[in-house]
Amino acid sequence: MLDIVTQVTLVTLGLALLIAFIRLVKGPTLPDRIVAMDLFGVLVVGLIVILAAWSGVRATLDAALVIALIGFLSTVAYATYVERGDPQ
Amino acid sequence: MIDVVTAVVWLAGSVFALLAAVGVLRMPDVFTRMQASTKASTLGLGCLLIGAALQMGDFASFIRVVSIGAFVLLTTPVAGHVIARASYFAEVPLWTGTVLDERQRDTQRESQNNNSIDK
Repeated sequence: MLDIVTQVTLVTLGLALLIAFIRLVKGPTLPDRIVAMDLFGVLVVGLIVILAAWSGVRATLDAALVIALIGFLSTVAYATYVERGDPQ
Repeated sequence: MIDVVTAVVWLAGSVFALLAAVGVLRMPDVFTRMQASTKASTLGLGCLLIGAALQMGDFASFIRVVSIGAFVLLTTPVAGHVIARASYFAEVPLWTGTVLDERQRDTQRESQNNNSIDK
């Protein structure tokens, strides 16, 4: 039973990634795209954690932790870029 | 028993993640999109992490899962605040149905007070 649930969960998360990608492409302004990228990071962390629990490969959890860290740092960096403007 | 709880929690978490993505697609401006994404994705990822911790069950992975959860729980509000602040000061247009912009109201009041003092 858990196999089917895991597959449904993975497909749902993939669908969420796809919908966030639509906003990433459409997004009229740069902050819209930053929000979509932030959501991307969280969704990918969720995907990796589920895959680690399902396959039993514990080492991938460290990758999830690193992706969460990089996602936060990149969001803050992009926001600083938006606020200060392009340094010419 | 553990499998059943894991299945329920994982399904709930993935639905919350999907709702966050739908909110980001459907909401009308940056600020509403940001709040949909931060709240729903934190809750969804929390559910997924609880399920994974139950499923793996050993101490080393439990510590990692808890640290991922604590990190995301601490950083998501900060990231949301930074995005909202940056996009407000970059003058990203608000939704046309916005009823209250407290910051704009306060700055207008402040400039009026300064003008009356000058006179």
